[in-house]
Amino acid sequence: MAKWKTPADCRYTKTDEWARMEGAEAVIGITDYAQDALSDIVYIEPPTVGARLKAGERFSTVESTKAAADLNMPLSGEIIAFNSALSDAPEKINADPFGEGWIIRVKPSDLTELEALMDAEAYAKYCEERG
Amino acid sequence: MTTQTAQAKALEPLIYELSSSGRKAETLMPKLDVPESAPLPAHLLRDSLELPEVSELDVVRHFVRLSQLNYAIDKGFYPLGSCTMKYNPKIGEDTARLPGFANLHPLQAPETAQGALALMYTLQQWLCEISGMKGCSLQPAAGAQGELAGILMIRAYHQERGDTRRTKILVPDSAHGTNPATSAMAGYTVVTLPSDARGGVDLDALRAAADETVAGMMITVPSTLGVFDENIQEIIKIVHNRGGLMYMDGANMNALLGVVKPGELGFDVMHFNLHKTFSTPHGGGGPGSGPVTVNEKLLPYLPGPIVAIVEEATDSEGAPRYGFVMPEKSIGRLKAFHGNFGMLVRAYTYIALHGAEGLKAISHHAVLNANYVRVRLADAYKVPYNRMCGHEVVIEGRFPDAPDIRALDISKRLMDYGFHPPTNYFPLIVHEALLIEPTESESKETLDRFIEAMHAIAREAREAPELLRSAPHTTPVSRVDEVYAARNLTLCCRLPSAE
Ligand SMILES: Cc1ncc(COP(=O)(O)O)c(C=O)c1O
Repeated sequence: MAKWKTPADCRYTKTDEWARMEGAEAVIGITDYAQDALSDIVYIEPPTVGARLKAGERFSTVESTKAAADLNMPLSGEIIAFNSALSDAPEKINADPFGEGWIIRVKPSDLTELEALMDAEAYAKYCEERG
Repeated sequence: MTTQTAQAKALEPLIYELSSSGRKAETLMPKLDVPESAPLPAHLLRDSLELPEVSELDVVRHFVRLSQLNYAIDKGFYPLGSCTMKYNPKIGEDTARLPGFANLHPLQAPETAQGALALMYTLQQWLCEISGMKGCSLQPAAGAQGELAGILMIRAYHQERGDTRRTKILVPDSAHGTNPATSAMAGYTVVTLPSDARGGVDLDALRAAADETVAGMMITVPSTLGVFDENIQEIIKIVHNRGGLMYMDGANMNALLGVVKPGELGFDVMHFNLHKTFSTPHGGGGPGSGPVTVNEKLLPYLPGPIVAIVEEATDSEGAPRYGFVMPEKSIGRLKAFHGNFGMLVRAYTYIALHGAEGLKAISHHAVLNANYVRVRLADAYKVPYNRMCGHEVVIEGRFPDAPDIRALDISKRLMDYGFHPPTNYFPLIVHEALLIEPTESESKETLDRFIEAMHAIAREAREAPELLRSAPHTTPVSRVDEVYAARNLTLCCRLPSAE
């Protein structure tokens, strides 16, 4: 079995965020690989709901006992919700990065950007390569 | 109360807990022999001062016991990467305490402090000589402040030329974290450059990023991977050709003294960490000293005041007169008065003590020690950039056949063997990084004991992983719950009576 989960219904960035379409909205979080590399997450900076950002732009920062990491938008669009449960329990990102640990919901402005992201297979390979 | 707090309290109570109400000594004040003036107005008087009521002996014992719980370079090997925890020769303490230095007031007339100014002037000259630069300011109080000074000078240089398109600073991903932080603080956009497989700057990425909007590049030499970039001259050329300036983070000069002069390589500005390279004590994180040196281009912008000869000696016997001057287009002051003067005295002493040949030998031995550790650890640990390193070496603190063990567990276990752990999880671009900087101070015997401990820990990781996971076992306080500490911040200082 692979070391890190990479659900097939998500698309992935090189900077280890995932995006999953739910209707017209995209749910976004960080991957299993990312949470494993960071180890225990102790803080997440609440992003600005309503902000319109371009793909690749920073929307938040997470801090673990090891490091702080910027989170970048996988897709351009407007942030319409933040998973505020994370403010009190950032450990949900470690426990369930693709489920309860989701970070933001976005209204994407250009769905073709999804095509530029890695699919699960390519991302799993990308994780293995980095070890 | 966590177990750790309970342990700490059992080892040594807070000084307030040693307090006994009403304890006081006979006053040694002489009898009042002048007319008593009106007492202070009532609203300025307090009934109680919230100070611990303890005897002199209580105070001495309390702090001596606390200091004995501490780890220090004077107690043992301290291979904390990126911090250059070398031995601080005690002669530096003697010179810094000479009354002529220790009792100076920073506001007294320079005419009455010529010795101190002569020392500062000479230190400026020496740092210029060591770095191959033309001018120096001793103002910055730490490395990071030296960086800020450097980037503000670069900004002033471009602005003076009306060159306002330059909004970016290039920073390799192997740079010290203060480099991108400095660039952002000075108002620039940080462009991160990836490293190549050998740990150097990816030249193609650099060529693609270096355009007319780049104000300059900040590069740590040797990098936080401990390696010297063989393409450094090419890197400098690429940035200069596009009109950008080159900043060298020289905090790692312990690898380069007398071997490489950054000014001759083409750097425009750099900083030193005197508290690292020139061995002024910084075990508690300071006090720091981060002088900057510059080439001709940036001379007018140096932060001030700097020390200059304001009147040449009249005859061969006489001394020149020194004074403080503000460079023509200075970026201004960085702190009150004149840097951390006590650190300047210690660094001056250290340089004078060693001389040019001695400084070169320091770097040779620092590099030799790091490479000895690298080669001898390579059969037990993965060394991701396993080539000739500078003053420090980075290894991975993980094993494919002991998946539960992380770098942190190895570090904690090292404490049981009596060593200070290396730097953990830095640089960020190495998995489970352990950054080891032995410095030139250590003997082969000490290095061998450390290496043997590291090998023993690698065996334990497979045979008795729990020993690592629950370490340390022999220190005054056992494993601290870092996650709990980071999630449950207590950011107030509560005095006993407020409880
Ligand atoms: C490479 C490097 N650059 C910059 C700094 C920052 O220096 P300071 O901590 O004095 O601000 C350090 C600190 O150790 C360093 O190692």
